[in-house]
Amino acid sequence: MNEPHPAPVTPDFSHDLEDVAPLTPRQIFFRRARKHRGFLFGLGTILAITLLALFAPLLSPHDPYAQQLLSRLQPPVWMDRGAWDHPLGTDQLGRDYLSRLFYGAQFSLLIGFTAMVISGVIGTTLGVIAGYFGGRLDLIITFLITTRLSMPIVLIALAIAALLGSSLVIVILILGLLLWDRFAVVARSTTMQLRDADYLLSARALGMPRWRIIVTEVLPNIMDALIVVATLEMAHAILLEAALSFLGLGVQPPLPSWGLMIAEGKDFLLFEPWLIMIPGVALLILVLSINLLGDGLRDISAPEGRA
Amino acid sequence: MSVFLLKRMGLAIVVALVVSLFSFFMLRAAGDPAIAMAGEGATAADIEFIRQRFGFDRPVAEQYLSWLGGALSGDFGESSYFAKPVSLLISERLPVTLGLGLAALVFSILLAVPLGMLAAVYPNSIIDRFALTLSVLGQAMPNFWFALMLIVVLAVWYPLLPASGNAEWRNFIMPTIVLGYYATPAIMRLTRSGMLEVLGADYIRTAHAKGIPARNILFKHAMRNAILPVVSIASVQFGYMLGGSIIIESIFALHGIGQLAWESISRADLPTVQAIVLVLSLIYVGLNLAADLINAWLDPRIRIA
Repeated sequence: MNEPHPAPVTPDFSHDLEDVAPLTPRQIFFRRARKHRGFLFGLGTILAITLLALFAPLLSPHDPYAQQLLSRLQPPVWMDRGAWDHPLGTDQLGRDYLSRLFYGAQFSLLIGFTAMVISGVIGTTLGVIAGYFGGRLDLIITFLITTRLSMPIVLIALAIAALLGSSLVIVILILGLLLWDRFAVVARSTTMQLRDADYLLSARALGMPRWRIIVTEVLPNIMDALIVVATLEMAHAILLEAALSFLGLGVQPPLPSWGLMIAEGKDFLLFEPWLIMIPGVALLILVLSINLLGDGLRDISAPEGRA
Repeated sequence: MSVFLLKRMGLAIVVALVVSLFSFFMLRAAGDPAIAMAGEGATAADIEFIRQRFGFDRPVAEQYLSWLGGALSGDFGESSYFAKPVSLLISERLPVTLGLGLAALVFSILLAVPLGMLAAVYPNSIIDRFALTLSVLGQAMPNFWFALMLIVVLAVWYPLLPASGNAEWRNFIMPTIVLGYYATPAIMRLTRSGMLEVLGADYIRTAHAKGIPARNILFKHAMRNAILPVVSIASVQFGYMLGGSIIIESIFALHGIGQLAWESISRADLPTVQAIVLVLSLIYVGLNLAADLINAWLDPRIRIA
């Protein structure tokens, strides 16, 4: 970005010096990142939530599973009957809501991240193969993507979870095996754009094996686009996990998943709406910041393609 | 054009077939369907009876072919819970879901297209910020939570709307808002970026130079081209909304196929679940095909390439 030069009486050479010295891509990245508010907000919030999740055992005021039946449904501290003993109140079994919220962050992050990694590996592999080799392989993989896109995933995820009996591992596997489509689409199209680049042609001319070209030349060059997809898919997986848990087919009680907390609070919607508001707002903030981080990364790595 | 049409239709049929194949085998691989359908406390004789009644004792390939043969003529077998043909159940419930989906689509287009256009005409203005905020929130909000919050506000705190059931049209207002808002971000972003691109094009500058009133340029010259991609994303979003209606219908107790699907899953009513997966993916494939054809008809470059 060229700053408009004022007309100084004595020329200011520091600007010119900066223009002359070429910035490394990393320097450019940090310069842009420092100015991108959405990116900074997203990154900061995710770091904060990750820390809360990691140190949940230290930060939680109570045991998230300990039931105190004498203090059931105590409202949060800012409401009339609230007390600092339970800052966010207690649920229908008298469990401390703040502690459950901290531990719930562990599940959202763990499920979102691992499901994203699984789908990322599947989708990237398929997409790079399709984009690099083209031809019949491309046709087959494109067909797989089209088929996957025409499946009603919520319905299929629910049906499998119901038949297999749901558990943490099954939820992660279902989401990981269903959400690879966007990775594949993006990996395929970005690889295709690269395929005829000079450095790939010369690598091939030097006799480099194809898998090594893919690993050492293609993958690093499509990584930027894939990281953006990764953030979006992690957000997607977190929302789907919450929906599955809300319907009773995801994380099972007494584990504190945010979606499950909303489902449990639903019965008290009439008089204790904060029971669903708190975990819902937590989900909203987490997914929002992951999306902002992803949008920010896209803006920063390719500002000209901003839509 | 006819070659293009035939190719696309052929592909759509193959995709639908593979989806049905996949869902059929997957539901069978996920556990013994007879045990799941018999439920807890069933005797071995009960399970054996169900196995024979629904043909689970035959080879899977044979089961699939006979199921597919039936499905092609609209016969999806019998629901294991209602003792009614699945096709009847679906045809009773489908109008509610399609009606909800259409209402939601109209709602989201009415919200997204004007906002997206305004945001493109006045970039970085307050309205652009508002549109961006709305779409960022829409992407991050769990839709089941949004549904519950609407119930809290519009049915509990201010009792304006009924919270559940599908007795009258007012029952559909909240589900429409929830489902429609879900599709809004994608449509709005696409409208905005399409409009921005078109507004920077040479022929728009020419039109300005000729002295055509700005309003005419916006609606007659720019909008027609900017709206092209919106047509195809709208049909894709409609497909997503039909899938998303499972959660929404079960929250608002609307008797559509989403709720039927949800109930059938909890009752392990396999024939019904399987039929709904097929019907939803057929609708989705059909919508994609329609979008492709509309695009090809509007843009000759697509059908020739």
